[in-house]
Amino acid sequence: MLELINVSVTLDGSDGKVEVLKDISLSLEDKKIYVMTGPNGGGKTSLAKAIMGIYQPTAGRILLDGTDITNMSIDERARLGIGYAFQQPPRFKGLTVRDMLRLAAGSGNKIDECELLYDVGLCAQDYLDREMNTSLSGGEIKRIEIASILARKLKFVVFDEPEAGIDLWSFQRLTETFEKLHEKYDNTIVIISHQERILRLASQVILVENGRISEITSHEKIFGEIGRMDSECMCRRSCNREGNANVGCHR
Amino acid sequence: MLDVIDKRILLEVADLHGIPLGAYNIRKNGQGESRNTTANIDIVTKMDKPGIDVTIKPGTKGESVHIPVIISVEGLTDVVYNTFEIGADSDVLIVAGCGIHNPGCEKAQHDGIHEFFVRKGARIRYVEKHYGEGEGTGDKVLNPKTIIEVEEGGVAELELVQIKGVDHTLRDTLVKLHKNARLIVSERLLTYMKQDAESNITVELVGEDSTAQIISRSVAQDESKQLFHLNMRGYTRCRGHIQCDSIIMHSAQVSSVPEITAFSSDAQLIHEAAIGKIASEQLTKLMTLGLTEKEAEDTVLQGFLK
Repeated sequence: MLELINVSVTLDGSDGKVEVLKDISLSLEDKKIYVMTGPNGGGKTSLAKAIMGIYQPTAGRILLDGTDITNMSIDERARLGIGYAFQQPPRFKGLTVRDMLRLAAGSGNKIDECELLYDVGLCAQDYLDREMNTSLSGGEIKRIEIASILARKLKFVVFDEPEAGIDLWSFQRLTETFEKLHEKYDNTIVIISHQERILRLASQVILVENGRISEITSHEKIFGEIGRMDSECMCRRSCNREGNANVGCHR
Repeated sequence: MLDVIDKRILLEVADLHGIPLGAYNIRKNGQGESRNTTANIDIVTKMDKPGIDVTIKPGTKGESVHIPVIISVEGLTDVVYNTFEIGADSDVLIVAGCGIHNPGCEKAQHDGIHEFFVRKGARIRYVEKHYGEGEGTGDKVLNPKTIIEVEEGGVAELELVQIKGVDHTLRDTLVKLHKNARLIVSERLLTYMKQDAESNITVELVGEDSTAQIISRSVAQDESKQLFHLNMRGYTRCRGHIQCDSIIMHSAQVSSVPEITAFSSDAQLIHEAAIGKIASEQLTKLMTLGLTEKEAEDTVLQGFLK
C-alpha cells in the first residue's frame, strides 16, 4: 500500500512560490486500478511526481508498505518498484528504442522487445533501432514510454495521460494492455486520464482540483459529472495532434 | 614484435585484436613495424619524406586498409605524410587510428598529414580514432591534417573519433567536392581535465549538385576547452548542412564558430550549432528507471557520442 500523509509540495515558479499540492492524504491499496482526473493544472502530475520523488514534499510523509520513502531519491524509489510514465517523455540523441527498453528492464532481466512494442501497437522491426530523438512523433514517443514501463516489474505505477497522441486503433489496445499488465503483475496502477474508457477501468476515481483531492468516487458516479469536466477536457486538443478531431472520444 | 601495450592500443584505435586481414601498415615509434599488400592495394614507402603511398586499383570493392600508428615512448615527435589514391569506382574502408602510450613526463606527439584522391565514382569510408594513455605526466598530442579531393560522383564518408586521453589536438580537415560528389562527416570528441581540442573543417563545394553533411558531437568536461570552426563554401548549385552539437559540463569551455559562404544563388547551406548541458529531464527519466544520477549521466553521454 502507498500512503500519502498530509503531503504538500511548493515549487518555485516564475511568479514566486506556488503551492501545487496542499495537505494531501491518500491511501492507494495494493492490486487496484485508480484513475486520477480533474481540471488541468489541478495537481495530478505534481502528485505523480511527488510519489516518484521528482518533487520533494515540503511537508508530510510518503509510505510504501509502511516504509517511509519521503526522503528517498528517484532511483531508490524506482528500485523499490515504483514507476512513472511521463506525460511528455524526454528525447535522447543516440539512444535507440532497444537501448531504452533494456535500460528500463534493468541489466540481467530478459525481455521480449517485440512483444513489448506489439502491446503498444508498434512494429518492432520498424522501431527497435530507431533513435529516441525528435524524428519520433509525439504519439510514438508516448507509446515507447508505455512500453518502457511494461518492461519493468513494478509494484506501483503511475501513467500520466497515456492516451495523449494515441490513435483510435491503439487506444482499444491500450486499455487491454493496462488490464493485462494489472493481471500479470498484480500491481497497483494509477492512470491520470480524462478518457471515459480508461475511467471504466478504475476501481476508484480520484478527483484532483486546486492541489487538493476533492473527491474519491466510482466511475459510475463520475459520468454524471462528465458535462462539467468536458469543458476542461484535454483530449480534444491531444487528438487533434493526429489530424483527427475527437479520435477515441466516445461521448 | 607487438607487445601487450601495442595490442591494447590497436584494439582502441582500430578495433583490431592482432594483425589485421587485408592490406595494412603498422607504424610504431616513428618507424614501419609491419606491412601487407594485396593484389588490389599497394603500399610503398615515400622516398622524399616519412610516410607511405597507398594505391587502390580502380574497381576494388569490399577491401580494407588499416594504417594504425602506435607511439609508446616519450619525447618523440612523429610527423608522417600519407597519400591515398582511391581508384575509380572502388569501394574501400580505410582505418587510420593513432594511439599514444606515454610512459614518461616528456611530450609524445604524432602529426599525420593524410591526402586522399577519391577518383570518379569511388567510395571510401575513412575511420580515424585517436586515443591516449600512459602513467607519465607527459602530454599526448595528436595533430591530424586531412586533405580530400572527391572527383565526380565520388563519396567520402569520414568518421573522426577522439574519446580518451589526448591532451592537445589540432585537427584540420579540408575537402573539395566536384560534380555530384558527396561528403558525410561524423565527428565525436570528448575532452576532460585540462585537455584542449580544436577542429577546423573546411568544405569547398565546387561541383554542381555536390552535397556535404557534417555532424559534429562533442562533450567537454572538467576544465577542458574545445573550439570548432566548421566552414562551408558553395560555389555552384550544391547543398551543405552542418550540425554542431556540444554538451558542456563542469567548468569546461566550448566555442562553435559557424561559417557558411555562398558564391552562387543556387547554393543551399545550413549551419546549426548548439551548446548546452545535459537536460535535467533526461537524467530524471533515466533515474525513474532505477539508474543513479551518475549512471544516468554516463548513459546520456554514451548515447550522444555513439
